[in-house]
Amino acid sequence: MSKVKTNSWQLLITMTALSITISLYLIFLYVPSERIMGIVQRIFYFHVPSAWVGFLAFFVAFLCGIRYLARREARWDAVENASIEIGVLFSTIVLVSGSIWARPVWNTWWTWDPRLTTTLVMWLYYVASLLLRQMVEDKERKARFSAVLSIAGFINVPVVFLAIRLWRTIHPVLFTTEGAAIEPSMLLTLLSSLLSFTLLYLCLLLIRVGLASLEDELNNLKLLSTLHSPEGVE
Amino acid sequence: MTRMDSEQQNTWAVETKGLSKFFGHIIALHEVNIKVPYHQLVTIIGPNGAGKSTLMRILSTLSRPSRGQVYVDGLDVGKWGAEIRRRIGYATHQPLLYNDLSVRENLRFFGHMYGVPDLETRIQQLLAKVELLDRQHDTVRTLSRGMQQRLAIARAVLHSPTILLLDEPYAGLDQHATELLTHLLHEWLSSGSTILMTTHDLNWAARISDKVLVLLNGRLVHQTEASALSEKHIRELYRQYAGGGL
Amino acid sequence: MNFWRGITAILRKDVLTELRSKETVSTLSVFALLVVVIFNFAFELRVENAHQIAPGVLWVALAFAGVLAFNRSFLLEREGGCMEGLRLMPMERSVIYVGKLLANILFMLLAEAIILPIFAALFDVPILNAALWMVIVLGTIGFAAAGTLFAAMAVNTRAREVMLPILLFPIAVPVLIASTKSTAQILDGQPLFEIYAWIRLLLAFDVIFIVLALLSFEHVLEE
Repeated sequence: MSKVKTNSWQLLITMTALSITISLYLIFLYVPSERIMGIVQRIFYFHVPSAWVGFLAFFVAFLCGIRYLARREARWDAVENASIEIGVLFSTIVLVSGSIWARPVWNTWWTWDPRLTTTLVMWLYYVASLLLRQMVEDKERKARFSAVLSIAGFINVPVVFLAIRLWRTIHPVLFTTEGAAIEPSMLLTLLSSLLSFTLLYLCLLLIRVGLASLEDELNNLKLLSTLHSPEGVE
Repeated sequence: MTRMDSEQQNTWAVETKGLSKFFGHIIALHEVNIKVPYHQLVTIIGPNGAGKSTLMRILSTLSRPSRGQVYVDGLDVGKWGAEIRRRIGYATHQPLLYNDLSVRENLRFFGHMYGVPDLETRIQQLLAKVELLDRQHDTVRTLSRGMQQRLAIARAVLHSPTILLLDEPYAGLDQHATELLTHLLHEWLSSGSTILMTTHDLNWAARISDKVLVLLNGRLVHQTEASALSEKHIRELYRQYAGGGL
Repeated sequence: MNFWRGITAILRKDVLTELRSKETVSTLSVFALLVVVIFNFAFELRVENAHQIAPGVLWVALAFAGVLAFNRSFLLEREGGCMEGLRLMPMERSVIYVGKLLANILFMLLAEAIILPIFAALFDVPILNAALWMVIVLGTIGFAAAGTLFAAMAVNTRAREVMLPILLFPIAVPVLIASTKSTAQILDGQPLFEIYAWIRLLLAFDVIFIVLALLSFEHVLEE
């Protein structure tokens, strides 16, 4: 690994650690509890950034999918796959934290709110697309299918959201689109938390892509050790 | 079509420059450079796993080259896939036919796809040539392996392609069908077609073709005029074969 | 020119195969009817709530049946390497998508024509309604547009038949919601402008997936 690469990697790790520490301070010590919901409302600062990262991750996968189909370079597939895995992870956090939050506040574990439902549908779809990867032998075909799926999935997100919103015309509106409803201290905490999660996403993405290239190298070595000379195939 | 004409370098029916194909870490073809002149019968020989089929699949645009340039009838396979497919006929050990449809219905379907003029007469002619006229209304499922192979060849030449790519066309044919096919190949050659085919039978290749290419482990190891192949030469090539793990 | 010639040739070939075997439409209809009957048992239907769940039952049955049709249409092409034969045709490979899509839509509509009257009798709902037919056609196109694209991938996986539904159902959630809701509104006799939003959503989904498939099918079919 080059020196520049190592340095910027260390910088990213440091920034992420710092940002997470600050966010944790803001969330647990600085920001006041919400008047009606009480302490449980602080899950908001994990829930919303996780949702953001999930969305960002699927968006990155969508871009990488297009890029892969246009260029056919294996690294775009590696980034895309890593991003989907991380997206699924953070979507899981969204669903779980949403449930934990909904229980005391709405007195139910689950509500068919458009945002939650869209997340659930997306989660199911991307888990299925990861499963599909397992089911395809050929590496190149796996990458192509995966690219098409990540493009289709992301394009479909707004349609799913619209459909679910139309379906549930009466749904609990938690956050209106006008950001003015949120108190400045809460906004600061939320922004800091968003930054931390985004940095964390970048770290995880880089680590996962690095891991994938190590896996690749390992397979290569295994192959070389079984075959003395590269053998042709019909 | 003018843009296409300007791209054509019509010296070779098939030309590859530094063609490589990888399947993951496996190298199927390595830096293959071949030139196939027009109006000739060129044979690619090599043991199983040499990369013959991979090469044929790339030439027929079924598969993409990993690296290098490939021109068929002067057209780049990456850019002119559809146009190349109109000009080539391809047959392989799989018949590529619909089992539930009859012989004639199969040919009719492919004929429609190619927009063959006066299709019914053409089908009649071809079926007579490959001696399947009496089975034309039977479904493909009921045909023997050899008959399916003959039908597959008829399918490949249905649209009168200028270049024929035949992957092991003799596999599964009996004595009579072998003679029939050889006769047809020469007929097509004299009517101006170019034929590139693969086989693992070196003697046969030397007998019927103009030029022989030898593929071993994904590499083109030998390229010669068939007339220059002496008995001794063939024996030498056989030895190379054996060394290549046949 | 080429484009239409290829599409009609594929459509004609699929119809011919179907006329010979009659397997797709018959299995689709029987399967969809079975789903309807199973729902009857599962919900222990009584006359008063039959009406309420009828749209949902119909669309779940159609969605399940669609999966069978789409899988089958590509499994048939795998036999004897026919997909290779199609890929050798002198046209863009998106032609194969359109041909297959039209055949799938046609077979689904035929199966729907068979099961709708029976469904109407079982659930006592009126089906002689142009708006309902429009919703059924648009919904079928939506399912088929996404289903044909995904089935072409699913047949090339190890799990084949299983892979298609788990990919298709989450993607087709908008179609399922829009079709079910608008069917319910039509059966309830609500005015047409009420379902306008749903029709728009169905149209959007149909267009998005057909365009996406036309652009990506070449990549899907490559080997």
